[in-house]
Amino acid sequence: MSTTEANLETGLPGHYGPYGGRFVPEALTSALDQLDAAFRAGIADPEFTTRLVDLERDYTGRPSPLTRAHRFGEHCGGARIYFKREDLNHTGSHKINNVLGQALLAQRMGKTRIIAETGAGQHGVATATAAALLGLQCTVYMGAEDTRRQALNVARMKILGAEVVSVATGSMTLKDAINEAMRDWVACVDDTHYVLGTVTGPAPFPEMVRHFHSVIGRESREQILAVEGRLPDAVAACVGGGSNAMGLFSGFIADPEVQLRGYEAGGDGVETGRHAARFAAGRPGVLHGARTYVMQDQWGQTVPSHSISAGLDYPGVGPEHAWLHDTGRAIYESVNDSEAMDAFALCSRSEGIIPAIETAHGLAGVIRLGKELGPDSVIILNLSGRGDKDVATAARWFGIELEHSEFGASIELSEGR
Amino acid sequence: MSPTGVGRIGSVFAEAKSENRALLIGYLPAGFPTLGESVALVEAMCDGGVDLIEVGLPYSDPLMDGPVIQQAVDQALSNGATPQSVLTVVKAVSDHGVVPVVMSYWNPIEQFGIEAFAHELRQAGGAGVITPDLTIEEGQPWIAAAGSQELAPIFLVAPSSTNERISRIAQVTQGFVYAASTMGVTGARDRVSNMAPQLVARVRASTDLPIAVGLGVSNGAQAAEIAKYADGVIVGSAFVTAANTGGVAAVRQLARELAGGVRLAR
Repeated sequence: MSTTEANLETGLPGHYGPYGGRFVPEALTSALDQLDAAFRAGIADPEFTTRLVDLERDYTGRPSPLTRAHRFGEHCGGARIYFKREDLNHTGSHKINNVLGQALLAQRMGKTRIIAETGAGQHGVATATAAALLGLQCTVYMGAEDTRRQALNVARMKILGAEVVSVATGSMTLKDAINEAMRDWVACVDDTHYVLGTVTGPAPFPEMVRHFHSVIGRESREQILAVEGRLPDAVAACVGGGSNAMGLFSGFIADPEVQLRGYEAGGDGVETGRHAARFAAGRPGVLHGARTYVMQDQWGQTVPSHSISAGLDYPGVGPEHAWLHDTGRAIYESVNDSEAMDAFALCSRSEGIIPAIETAHGLAGVIRLGKELGPDSVIILNLSGRGDKDVATAARWFGIELEHSEFGASIELSEGR
Repeated sequence: MSPTGVGRIGSVFAEAKSENRALLIGYLPAGFPTLGESVALVEAMCDGGVDLIEVGLPYSDPLMDGPVIQQAVDQALSNGATPQSVLTVVKAVSDHGVVPVVMSYWNPIEQFGIEAFAHELRQAGGAGVITPDLTIEEGQPWIAAAGSQELAPIFLVAPSSTNERISRIAQVTQGFVYAASTMGVTGARDRVSNMAPQLVARVRASTDLPIAVGLGVSNGAQAAEIAKYADGVIVGSAFVTAANTGGVAAVRQLARELAGGVRLAR
């Protein structure tokens, strides 16, 4: 089911069946129209696309490799597991793909400042990086809870010259950072572009962010055909807002024989209520400008999510995922904290790759999936980010004693602001 | 006086016009700080001379609101505010002889069920609903549901709206057009945006509906300034601040000052 088909179903642009759309203050409508026009003109303009492709190659380091995970695969029922190595991109995750595209659009629109929300800090770091590269001002909104658990990324953003605003309202996580970034954008829309970091939000963000990440799916498709001579049986990814998953899925949506599998955060377990499993425990509603699956109470108040992974700790999900879920084209399951951390350790020790904790949810899913599909199956997992930022969290989880100095310093840095 | 919501809003604007003054519109969230206190606060607004009251439906993610209203709705939610609280406050306002409309972000209405919400609001004496994050493109089902109960669907225009959009918004709006005076969130400002007169003039060119200006108004002098060119003056955060600092008495006092302001101008 392609985006175009989904749009045709309602006749409205920016919709995926009943999902997506634009639920925003009127003050933002003209900026979204401007963005939509700039996006469509940009991707049709060879000068723009050449600039982006050049940056992807020379700055990000694309194409990212497709690595066969032999030893990890032994724990996945012997399936042939491949990692799409977005962790090797400059800044350490897939996030840079979208940010470079949007930052170039910001420049094209004559905006001099970019703002972003961030959960794990990866999107914030990528945005601060692009701002430095292109000479734009940058402000990043981050939940106060997340500045604490992702202190290293806070420091990275500051080193890159970004202003980091710690958001102490609501649940003090990603959802509240998005609220604050939207408020900034409404007030400063003349000179500011909001680089939304995932495939949600008001149209055209879901479509645009997917477009800039579709390079993941395109490369993966070519790479797997080259090495296996056939399409994979399944492609898999963790799903917070869902941008890394949408990037990978986009290369295979039109191939019905390729299963699409997404793994959302089960936190302490879906049954405990402390999780971020929107498909398991949410229902359709409107959040942050789009209709999608939302964790909410009976009155439509957003329920705070919970996950050991800051990047998956979000009560909404991209609207195209909601549509892929309802149509059955993609299957979503939840992975709880402990299962994800087991996979985190296994990947580190069997492959020599320390993944981001977000990615570890996808890894845990692939362990299940490989056993389900069997030893002849071929599965691609989007290894969406590296785990450097998560070392302190992981050390606490596994009871690893740390020398006081190094981590003490980074924690002070986050709490001092 | 017409019994429908749309008719009641029309009447109250017409009455103010016959007195050669602007209408005073006040906002407070339902259930802030508690349900009982919020009823007393809106009654104080009525007594102080507010002509039309926006009863806010507290929502967890109020992305068009500044810190003052954010904190107020957080407090209302932690004290158990629900859509039922909104209906209770709406009824209290209506029983006091003042016209109530609801101000709500979209998701709580969608989750309540749009037909059910329109029905219950009419039963409680509500006259319309302001929906700050519902675009007219997404608003068709709601416009139909409100229409079936003769409630006014009230949409916002902003300084960034094109004339073409303003005209489309005015076509589906009933009651009055809400002109957001500035690009930004709710909250008192030292000076009311200089974009407001121009925006009102642009709206005026495409509709005969009354036009009310909101965002940033906090005192009688500012109300008087807006009343020179707009049909209604909307005050929100300043009422919340008054409630926080001086309770019922301060809210009544602020209402009197603003009611004086909207009568000074012309």
